[in-house]
Amino acid sequence: MKKRIYYFFQEIGGMSLFLPQIILQIFKPPFKPKYLTNQLVQIGVNTLPIVSIMALFVGMVLAYLAYLQFKIVALEVYTGSLVSACMVMELGPVLTAIIVAGRIGASTAAEIGSMKVTEQIDALSTLAVNPIKYLAAPRFLAAIIMLPVLTIFADVIGIFGGYIVGVWQFGIRHRIYMNKSVDFLAADDIICGLIKTMFFGAMIILVSCYKGFTTSGGAEGVGKATTSAVVVSIVLILVMDYFLTIVLF
Amino acid sequence: MITITDLFKNFGEYPVLKGVNITINKGEVLVIIGQSGCGKSVLLKHIIGILKPDKGKIEVQGKDIAKFNESQLNEVRKKFGMLFQGAALFDSLTVRENVGFFLDEHTKLDKQTISKIVAEKLKLVGLPGVENLMPFALSGGMRKRVGLARAIAMDPEIILYDEPTTGIDPIMATAINELIRELQAKLSLTSIVVTHDMVSAYYVADRIAMLDDGKIIEIGTPEEIRKTTNPIVKQFITGKSTNN
Repeated sequence: MKKRIYYFFQEIGGMSLFLPQIILQIFKPPFKPKYLTNQLVQIGVNTLPIVSIMALFVGMVLAYLAYLQFKIVALEVYTGSLVSACMVMELGPVLTAIIVAGRIGASTAAEIGSMKVTEQIDALSTLAVNPIKYLAAPRFLAAIIMLPVLTIFADVIGIFGGYIVGVWQFGIRHRIYMNKSVDFLAADDIICGLIKTMFFGAMIILVSCYKGFTTSGGAEGVGKATTSAVVVSIVLILVMDYFLTIVLF
Repeated sequence: MITITDLFKNFGEYPVLKGVNITINKGEVLVIIGQSGCGKSVLLKHIIGILKPDKGKIEVQGKDIAKFNESQLNEVRKKFGMLFQGAALFDSLTVRENVGFFLDEHTKLDKQTISKIVAEKLKLVGLPGVENLMPFALSGGMRKRVGLARAIAMDPEIILYDEPTTGIDPIMATAINELIRELQAKLSLTSIVVTHDMVSAYYVADRIAMLDDGKIIEIGTPEEIRKTTNPIVKQFITGKSTNN
């Protein structure tokens, strides 16, 4: 137990020291846009299909369940309101972040971890390249940029999923559904939802890069680092979500 | 060229280097031998500034790099090339990108010029025409050669070899040894080779130093090392176990 508590605080301390190093390297020349572009594609473009599928079906399920509940009290026209509010304020940001944690967090920790155990990180240093600048900084920046973009797609596609069920399956009128969807949405809600994802993106990359850079013990160590990066990221997304929601909404 | 004075390094409670003193002269091939886990690679990583000593001086061309910050170290590292034990090629990059990595990062040379230099270096290590292959498609010996091509791509003054013949067949090991001597002759480099392969040590060395229990216990020409009276060195170079 003592060991676990020590390990917990060691990890918190390690990440706290790692974060300023990443931020410092983002602003330190030379700037290499190609590394950022690669990560924008990797985190944004390549994650979009899975985020779209997730958002579509979450929106559909949400609409289905909401319709059944609202029908009991004859308020089924509010199905669209519930779907859009839930997607924009909570499910869009959180589920997108969880998918990014699973996809990008795992691949980042595994890639950097295997580079660590095969001395590729040391090789970067011998070639006079700062490993944090080369590996962590572009990912960090790309995640902060792309998480909100992915979330916008998730929000829109999720709302469309709700529309499919509400209008096409249950026969709510198009105009009513659309009006109710928009009525309860404030611009602040959308913006706050997107701000949350920037924090999620930064945290996912911080955790996964830190886990990668501190990997030891060969293939087993890489496996442990990868699992740990995903688990810690997902837990932190949910914890941060609560506190950010309190602060932002 | 490189002078190490009273170098100490602990990993946690475990002392690895306990006062290493050694001088590496310009243009020589110094081979550091010693048992596995005795701290040879750790010493090499101190020389290139990847590890910081707990105590002691590492003077490269008269400057103590142990006190240098990251950007000062990066300037010093531009004078070094290093071949890692497993070659440490970047998995996600092609051979061309690996060998040309330093040039891509630190020079304003255009792609064609870099490709030309990469082709020259690959030819020098006996591997022409593999530019477009990925590291996973290379054998162990080929990886080492590509690693060597990457190490010499920036025309370093000093080159560090970490176990250059470990994990490859004897024929390839001989080829690597010949390559080390050939590069030495062609490029007038200062070379530090860490190995426990005595065949390789005798072949490439101008001087051999033995690291044992965190200290350099013997240093001399290959001939002097062969004739040593130090029992620990004698035991190591003849490969006799302590039970015999």
